[in-house]
Amino acid sequence: MRLITVAGPPSSGKTAVILHLVQAAQAEGVRAGVAKFDCISSDDGEIYRRAQIPVCTGLSGGLCPDHFFVANIEDCVAWGKREGFDLLVTESAGLCCRCSPHLRGITAVCVIDVLSGINTPKKIGPMLRLADIVVVTKGDIVSQAEREVFAFRVSRANPRAGIVMVNGLTGQGITNLMRYFREIPDMKSFEGSELRFAMPAALCSYCLGETRVGTTYQIGNVRHMEFPRKEGEEP
Amino acid sequence: MELANVRSLTITGGRNKYGRAEDQTLTCRAGDITCIVGPTGSGKSRFLADIESLAQGDTVTGRRVLINGSPVDPSVVRATGQKLVAQLSQQMNFIVDLSAEEFLMLHAESRISPDPDGIVRAILAAANDLSGEKFTGNVSVTQLSGGQSRALMIADTALLSPSPIVLIDEIENAGVDRRRALELLVQKEKITFIATHDPVLALMGSRRLWFRDGGIAGIIVPDENERESAAYVREIDEQWARWRETIRTGGLLHAGPDPDLHHTD
Ligand SMILES: Nc1ncnc2c1ncn2[C@@H]1O[C@H](COP(=O)(O)OP(=O)(O)OP(=O)(O)O)[C@@H](O)[C@H]1O
Ligand SMILES: Nc1nc2c(ncn2[C@@H]2O[C@H](COP(=O)(O)OP(=O)(O)O)[C@@H](O)[C@H]2O)c(=O)[nH]1
Ligand SMILES: [Mg+2]
Ligand SMILES: [Mg+2]
Repeated sequence: MRLITVAGPPSSGKTAVILHLVQAAQAEGVRAGVAKFDCISSDDGEIYRRAQIPVCTGLSGGLCPDHFFVANIEDCVAWGKREGFDLLVTESAGLCCRCSPHLRGITAVCVIDVLSGINTPKKIGPMLRLADIVVVTKGDIVSQAEREVFAFRVSRANPRAGIVMVNGLTGQGITNLMRYFREIPDMKSFEGSELRFAMPAALCSYCLGETRVGTTYQIGNVRHMEFPRKEGEEP
Repeated sequence: MELANVRSLTITGGRNKYGRAEDQTLTCRAGDITCIVGPTGSGKSRFLADIESLAQGDTVTGRRVLINGSPVDPSVVRATGQKLVAQLSQQMNFIVDLSAEEFLMLHAESRISPDPDGIVRAILAAANDLSGEKFTGNVSVTQLSGGQSRALMIADTALLSPSPIVLIDEIENAGVDRRRALELLVQKEKITFIATHDPVLALMGSRRLWFRDGGIAGIIVPDENERESAAYVREIDEQWARWRETIRTGGLLHAGPDPDLHHTD
């Protein structure tokens, strides 16, 4: 079985791209399923089911979504193997731009849309910087010049990645994406698998359920902001 | 493969929606304009998508695209595919919050242009040449009128985009001088494809591909008679433009089959 992790900001077009991709793969005789990760709720499970794509959904609820992801990915793979898939795609929303669900040795895709603005590629962090393929969506509604500037900025943020423009509505561009995916090798096992980027060094009182505001309640890994000072003003 | 070295594009036929062979091979060279016509759902956009993805028999139509007469190496298809084709369509808009000049500078920088100031001036001049209403570089791109932004997109694509192939899906905007726009693309040696239902645009190409049932049903080359007809259609179009202008500038339109009414000036 092959595994692909797809991540990207909310509403960037992940589901739309995965739908087209899985359908293109199915047309080539590939048995594919999707594992959907989200925080509070998700309608994507229903969307995949309606397209007759097998899906499992995991909601992280009160937990950090990316911690939840690593803690469950092995079980997802086991599910995929039980179901007899040739291809398993995970979809997860990158919510804080600090984390990334990408794993070493597993093809990592970041989906980002041109409407998010030309400064977004450098703001997104490891989810984009460490991806193997960056899919750029919604190019159908902006100018050619903006598409070119955006792609240039993506390649500056991640010079290694292949950049593929995909129209999530029509599926235009999937042909190109499939050319990358046909070359993905089978995953052997998860033994010794590692995250590409460490999760945040957290563990403060708030991680443990503290709700009160104020320094008295802050224990553990807490950092305070710096503010501009007037000349001679004491910190 | 260098984008600048793309001199011709050949498309070999695949099969139509019903699996029948599409018995056509078509070669388009730098500076050629090819129009694409046919009813809704006949496969015009699919054809443009095949070109955009440099189809290698791996799309639903089975078509293949050759560059300079040769098949394209798969690694090149992947790496260059995106940059080969520039696209322009009616629903595209500028969304960046910058002035025309600032944005063009940004685009020039991303193209690592040796003379960004010069190219930005040239694009603004060309865009003003194509647009009905003039505008300066200080105006925000999101504030441009439909005609102005279309004109700026065409000028920028012609002068700054690296893509040797330009795909246009319907530019019917009245605010743009379509003839001059196409002349600019020809002059910059772009290989241009236009999908359109507009007779004026359709007659501007050196050839027309006629689509039916998802395949090319015919390649139509204008004859002497059609070239004359095209001149007539253009006259009517210009007449339309004058009527539009009369109404736009607050005039009363006196036009019709009655010769007494024929004095718009
Ligand atoms: N040769 C083909 N084989 C299989 N499917 C095809 C073929 N050509 C086109 N199609 C499919 O037919 C549908 C309609 O085609 P397309 O969108 O290209 O039409 P169009 O001519 O652009 O129509 P419109 O004028 O409405 O824009 C699309 O889903 C397209 O993928
Ligand atoms: N115009 C346009 N809309 C798109 C494109 N891709 C996705 N969308 C729309 O954007 C919205 C969010 O897409 P979705 O796939 O649900 O995003 P996700 O949250 O990342 O999974 C939906 O309404 C899609 O139809 C695209 O390429 N162009
Ligand atoms: Mg989704
Ligand atoms: Mg179309």
